[in-house]
Amino acid sequence: MRTVLVLLRKEFLQIFRNKAMLPIIFVAPLAQLLILVHAADFEVRNVRLLVSDMDRSTASRALAERFNASDRFHVSFTAQGFDAGMHALDAGATDALLRIPVHFEQDLGRKGSAPLMLDLNGVDGQYASLVLLYSRQIIANEQVHVIQRMHGSANVPRPPVEVIPRYWYNLRMNYKNLMVPGLLVVLVTLVGMFLSSMNIVREKEIGTIEQINVAPIKKWQFILGKLLPFWFISLFLLAAGLVLGKLIFDIPIEGSVPLLFAFAAVYLWVMLGLGLFISTVSDTQQQSMFLSWFFLVIFILLSGLFTPIDNMPHWAQVITWFNPVSYFVDVVRLVLLKGSSFTDIAGHFAAIAAFAVAVNAGAVLNYRKRA
Amino acid sequence: MTGAITIHAKALTKRFGAFTAVDAIDLDVHAGEIFGFLGANGAGKTTAMKMLIGLLMPTAGEARVAGYDVYTQSEAIKRSIGYMGQRFSLYNDLTVLENIQFYGGVYGVPPAELKRRTDSLVHDLGLKEHVNTRLQSLPLGWKQKLAFSVAMIHEPKIIFLDEPTGGVDLITRRQFWELIYAASAKGVTVFVTTHYMDEAEYCHRASIMVDGVMAACDTPAALKEQFKVKTMDEVFYQLARSAQRAE
Repeated sequence: MRTVLVLLRKEFLQIFRNKAMLPIIFVAPLAQLLILVHAADFEVRNVRLLVSDMDRSTASRALAERFNASDRFHVSFTAQGFDAGMHALDAGATDALLRIPVHFEQDLGRKGSAPLMLDLNGVDGQYASLVLLYSRQIIANEQVHVIQRMHGSANVPRPPVEVIPRYWYNLRMNYKNLMVPGLLVVLVTLVGMFLSSMNIVREKEIGTIEQINVAPIKKWQFILGKLLPFWFISLFLLAAGLVLGKLIFDIPIEGSVPLLFAFAAVYLWVMLGLGLFISTVSDTQQQSMFLSWFFLVIFILLSGLFTPIDNMPHWAQVITWFNPVSYFVDVVRLVLLKGSSFTDIAGHFAAIAAFAVAVNAGAVLNYRKRA
Repeated sequence: MTGAITIHAKALTKRFGAFTAVDAIDLDVHAGEIFGFLGANGAGKTTAMKMLIGLLMPTAGEARVAGYDVYTQSEAIKRSIGYMGQRFSLYNDLTVLENIQFYGGVYGVPPAELKRRTDSLVHDLGLKEHVNTRLQSLPLGWKQKLAFSVAMIHEPKIIFLDEPTGGVDLITRRQFWELIYAASAKGVTVFVTTHYMDEAEYCHRASIMVDGVMAACDTPAALKEQFKVKTMDEVFYQLARSAQRAE
């Protein structure tokens, strides 16, 4: 036990003495949290909508005005017809083009329906579908008003089926509530995996690993001495990130914080073990950095943090079963937003514990004091 | 030398694939002896040493260090030996005191005893004003002497030194060898590799490896007589120029 304490003391001395690394460990992740929350915002606002109004009637102006009144759209008009509108879309001068044909008001009054054409920039499919959704809502509302004006409110037909959505666990559909917990996972993952793998390789590079290997330090003592510092630092970052998330973004904390930390504690052993494994197969910090990035990019992009796992093709979903990050992203959201209890996430716990055992067993077996 | 045998090797061999780095070497080193382990670059010195200290598994042959078998008791060997490698083995970002405390702690020296040894070590090396100085701001000569003393912090019976004086000035090399003699006088076996033939003259016995084979092993005086030359330099030259393999 004393050996482990001696190793820990040395690691902490070195970590807190490294003036270049300290801000990277403690400041950069929290700064990333504050910045990335806004970068990864899927809410659609400030859509530039160009209206090509060929009808120039009360109804067409009222429709455009309704778009303008919504805080999601900035409306501008073109008098030069559809082609000019398409040019604007091609040139990226607008995000969407609404074409209102002649006789729009007339058709609406006579037939009760009139065609509209909405052209969308579909380069970002998710964005385009959200714009379409909001446009439909606005148009549908306006339609009711027009019919009311013309035929009186008694004659407005009720839709046969009306869906009233209610977004449980994130009532206001606040993306920050979804992103902050997910980004917390990324923070602790980066620190856990990156720093632990770099740290051991650094001793290989400067040559001190040889002195360690020739000393009567047992494998488990060395590994514990190397991994515990980053385990503590990662858990500290998780706590700091949670406090920041609560204070700045007011994220909900519905579930048990100790439960979240218990899961994080096990989860970190998986990432630390991976870092250790990378360090056993790398000879230089560049190698270990490259390998860490390789895994981290796959893990984070397939974690469900930015894109729902349900939307991925089946084979990609199968990969996420073996992605420890996706389990933690899930657990953080479940516990913080939904208030899930231990029994709800017992499956996640079992999976991550199995990973922890497998990864660390592999890493320890692969680490040799004697060549 | 009449002391007990502390390092024993018989037909010790290390092969990397088809390449035989160390080819069946025999040696017996006694307690308190300063044993010089010479050879050109690539002759197999470091490989042989790494087998003895448990960093490398031998391919064949037998070897015992401090009475322990290198195949099965490498952890027991590690507790009985000190080692100073070719590359600087202390931490530049830690202070003199922190380095001593780290290695003393790792070797399980009891805290009270460690404090006593630290005080006398710091006093002997004249580092009293620098105990709280980080190593990166100390000159190389001081660092090498400190590395030797730290490698001796657990008072091992045998110390292995791999080119310990590489790159240090003449005066520091002299002082370094005084440390080696002091250790030898206390009965510590010193196993040292070097490129400096004047240092070979300081050894009780010297061996010269050529192409993985031990080409000669005797006292410097006997070796000079055997090859009918005046200096170890010439002995080395005669043997090493027959080497086939370059680095």
